[in-house]
Amino acid sequence: MTIDESRLDSIIDEYNAEQGSLISILQDVQAEYKYLPKVALEYVAKQLDIPRVQVFGVATFFKAFSLKPKGRQQIHVCMGTACHVRGSKKVLEEFERKLGIEAGGTTKDGEYTLETVNCVGACALGPVVVNNEEYHGQMTPIKVESLLKKA
Amino acid sequence: MSRNITRQKGEMVTFMLNGAQVQADPNWSLLEAAKFYGLYIPTLCYDEGLTPYGVCRLCVMEVGSGDRTKLVASCMHPVIEGLEVRTHSNRVIKTRKMILELLIARCPGSKKLQDMASMLELKEVRFKPLNDDCILCGLCVRMCEEQMMAKAIGYAGRGTDRYITTPFDMTSEECRKCGACMYICPACELRCQGPEAKTTLCSGCLNTEAVCAAKYDDAMCFMVPCLSCVKRPEDVK
Repeated sequence: MTIDESRLDSIIDEYNAEQGSLISILQDVQAEYKYLPKVALEYVAKQLDIPRVQVFGVATFFKAFSLKPKGRQQIHVCMGTACHVRGSKKVLEEFERKLGIEAGGTTKDGEYTLETVNCVGACALGPVVVNNEEYHGQMTPIKVESLLKKA
Repeated sequence: MSRNITRQKGEMVTFMLNGAQVQADPNWSLLEAAKFYGLYIPTLCYDEGLTPYGVCRLCVMEVGSGDRTKLVASCMHPVIEGLEVRTHSNRVIKTRKMILELLIARCPGSKKLQDMASMLELKEVRFKPLNDDCILCGLCVRMCEEQMMAKAIGYAGRGTDRYITTPFDMTSEECRKCGACMYICPACELRCQGPEAKTTLCSGCLNTEAVCAAKYDDAMCFMVPCLSCVKRPEDVK
C-alpha cells in the first residue's frame, strides 16, 4: 500500500516531531487510515528518530491501536456484566451469523468490523451496541438486522 | 531524607547488611554492595554491563527494621545511610522460592533456572508447566540496545500477551545476527537430559543431599550441586 507522506508530515509537524508525542501522532495516523499501516509506522519511526521496534511496541501495547485494516462500520458489542446478563451474547451471535465473521474480524468487502468491548458505561441501556460511536440501547437479536440495514 | 545530604566526593555510605555495619559507594545498588561483600544473591535479569531492570525479582531483599520491613528489588534500590538490609531472611527466601517456582513452571527447559532451583533448594513445582522459552527478563533487549547499539528487538503486546520480537514480527535490517541476545539469554541453554528429564524440575541436581559425606566422612566436598551424589526424589522425601 502507498501512503501520502505529505499528510503524515503535516501530522508529525503538528507535534513538532517530538519523540514524546508518539502516541498522539499514532492516534492521528489511525484516525486518518482507520488503522496503522506498516509503511506509515516505519515513516513515523524514521521521522521521529525512534527505533522501529519501539514504535511497533507502542502500537501493539494499546488496544486502541490496530495493525489490521478496519471496516468502514465499526460495530462494538458490549459484553460487560449488565449487558451480558441481559443477553448480549445472543446479540453478538446474531451479528456473527448475519455478517459471517467472528468477533474481532472484518468482512471481506471491508465494510464491517465486529468487536466486543467490556463496558461502554451505559449499563442502564443494556445490551448496548456501538456502531461508529452511535449508541444503540436495549438491543435484541431481532433489532440486529434493522441496525445493519440502517448502517 | 538522608539521601539529600550533600556528600563529599569519595565519601562512603554506612548501612547495616545482615546485622553487620558495612560501607559502600553511594552510587552502588544494594545488590552491588551485597556482591562486593561476597554474598550470593540469585538474579536472572541483572548483568553488570547493562542497566538494571528489576523484573525477575529474584534479588529481593528485606529493608527496614521491626514490623515495618518491606521487600525491594535490590538491583534497583540504592544504598542509603543507616538502612537495615537483610539478604537471606525467612521472608526473602520464601519469596525467592515462590518466584523461582513460577518462573520454572513457565520455562522448565532452562538450564540456568534448573541450576538455580537446586541452589535455592526448590523441591517442588505446584504449577502447571507451560514449556515456554522466554521469561521476559529483557536481557536480550538491553543487550541489543546498550552493548550492540542495534535496537533490533523489543517488546510487543501487553500483560500476559507480552513477548519479545523484531519490528512487525519480521526479519529486520537492524539485526546484524551477532547472537548477543542468545549469548545472554538465561532460558536458551537447555537443561541436561538427566534422569527423569520429563518432570518439571530436573531431578538430577535437585534433591541434593550428599550421600558421599556420610560415606567418606571427611571428604571436604565443595561441589554445588554434586551430580555424583544425587539421591532420587523418593529417597529424600
